[in-house]
Amino acid sequence: MNTWIERQRGLIDTTVANLRRRKARNLGLLLAYVLLVFLLASVVLFGDGMRREARLLLEEAPELVVQRLTAGRHDLMPAQWLERIADLRGVAAVEGRLWGYHHDAAVGANLTLQVPREAAPAAGRVHLGATLARLRGLAPGDVLSLRDHAGQPHAFVVEALLDSRSELVSADLVLLGEADFRAFFGIAAGLYTDAALRVVNPLETRTVAEKVLARLPATRVISREEMRRTYDAVFNWRQGLPLMVLSVLLAAFALLAWDKASGLSAEERREIGILKALGWDSGDVLAMKLWEGALLSLLAFLLGYTLAWLHVYYAGAPLFEPVLKGWSVLYPHFALAPEVDISRIVSLALLTVLPYVAATLVPVWRAATLDPDEVMRE
Amino acid sequence: MIELVGVGKTFNPGRDNEFHAVREVSLSIEAGRVTALRGPSGSGKTTLLGLIGGLTRPSVGRLRLHGRDISALPERFLTALRRDTFGFVFQQFQLIRDLSVLDNVMLPAVPTGRPHADIRARALRLLDEVGLGRRAAARVQWLSGGEAQRAAIARALINDPPVILADEPTAHLDSALSRQILEILAELRRCGRTLVIASHDPLVFEMDLVERVVDLRDGRVLA
Ligand SMILES: Nc1ncnc2c1ncn2[C@@H]1O[C@H](COP(=O)(O)OP(=O)(O)OP(=O)(O)O)[C@@H](O)[C@H]1O
Ligand SMILES: [Mg+2]
Repeated sequence: MNTWIERQRGLIDTTVANLRRRKARNLGLLLAYVLLVFLLASVVLFGDGMRREARLLLEEAPELVVQRLTAGRHDLMPAQWLERIADLRGVAAVEGRLWGYHHDAAVGANLTLQVPREAAPAAGRVHLGATLARLRGLAPGDVLSLRDHAGQPHAFVVEALLDSRSELVSADLVLLGEADFRAFFGIAAGLYTDAALRVVNPLETRTVAEKVLARLPATRVISREEMRRTYDAVFNWRQGLPLMVLSVLLAAFALLAWDKASGLSAEERREIGILKALGWDSGDVLAMKLWEGALLSLLAFLLGYTLAWLHVYYAGAPLFEPVLKGWSVLYPHFALAPEVDISRIVSLALLTVLPYVAATLVPVWRAATLDPDEVMRE
Repeated sequence: MIELVGVGKTFNPGRDNEFHAVREVSLSIEAGRVTALRGPSGSGKTTLLGLIGGLTRPSVGRLRLHGRDISALPERFLTALRRDTFGFVFQQFQLIRDLSVLDNVMLPAVPTGRPHADIRARALRLLDEVGLGRRAAARVQWLSGGEAQRAAIARALINDPPVILADEPTAHLDSALSRQILEILAELRRCGRTLVIASHDPLVFEMDLVERVVDLRDGRVLA
């Protein structure tokens, strides 16, 4: 056991001396490797963060949402419909919701205006999402001025900024009172944007949805489960694109490593021959090259992963935002909650370290099993 | 201690360029003595040395070390045996570029698993003995021919092998440097090591270092 450790130590020393003597080449390789890990890990970490945000968002969503359809399009729902839904067996509570979009020319984006279920702001007051407040340069006490459906300016006093676990939920959000909302959009009393349902038994969500459709055929019923699947699909698809590009890069890199290694230079073959002639067996040569590959690729992985983590969680992933967050209207300074996921680290490490090590070992193994007497012939 | 019985080595057997580099050599190398393989270029000295030291396996015949047949030993055992029994000084030094002299000398000891500090200390002592103590940190390609040959000798001694196999140890060296190298070899002999030297340099045979000469022609031993 002791001998084994001493032997590994000797092999590592030799490996380090080896890496140092081809400084330029190994630094170049390390750099390319770090860049690759950085890109790959950034995409994966970013996608993970987005999915986490979406999950938070859905936690707050109702189990079922019912929308009225007129000629196949989303329409306002009269209050009587809410009562007809409330009558159904299995429905615990129904609530008319009021929300809508407003294009804000000042920031060039759509705002979501919404009447919260509880603790609605008083008349003439609003609560703002932090990102929107930052973009508009607004602090509590300032005035937010928006043009209503008739083009008339409406002035709201900012009462508070929204403090949410998830920026995705609140980035573009404006909360206001019901009367202000109706006046702003010109929606008469007794009409709602849609209806949110809570069911008695979550296992019967499907049955309840069918009953709603049976009673009110001109509606669309959306379950939280469906929304989750849609989000996931969107994220998976968006993440899929860069991932595909990256796997091509990864393959190219593996090829490069393979090419470099399989065409072991005459110099490298000679050195392997010398080592064998000096009493190294094939296993010793392989172990040394294994250490070489492992040291290089682990170092590259640690650097690349750390950079990616900082990029995604502290710098706001400037490289991927446009691609991955296309559907989020307000995205500047969007900060994902940092998280360290061990299983992600392990799978990324396997994905990047193993191919490289394997690609370098195969040709070395071929050279290491040759007869050492070739060395005496140079 | 080493016995060759009807040993032959054929390169590229069965092909157009088939070549019998060594034929039917029967020979015994005695422990503690200096044996020289002498012959013109291409007579098979290097090949025979490689066979004796287990760098390559004979195509026919048997090789015995202390009475034990080693011709058919599996690779791992042969390597270990080579490491512990033989120290090689190659025809062209065969040092590894860009590594320090010290690192080069330590190389054969790495797979033994001996403590690093011991190996290092021994390497430094050996370098002192061959007069290279002050060049330990230098890269090997900066060494002169004589220095490189001495570094190669130090490397051959790192595992303290009982047998030293030296292939043309004086080639590429002027006569003063050659004498210096032969002095070092003579000193090894005095310490009780067995030496096998392949050479066609008359200087090697002028000195009374060599105790037994084996003449080779076209891969055969002359009677
Ligand atoms: N791997 C090989 N394949 C084919 N032929 C070989 C091989 N190795 C050696 N030979 C041939 O075997 C013959 C003997 O070679 P060897 O190197 O043993 O001679 P040598 O006596 O050491 O010569 P020198 O004094 O030039 O070093 C040479 O003709 C050489 O071309
Ligand atoms: Mg030769």
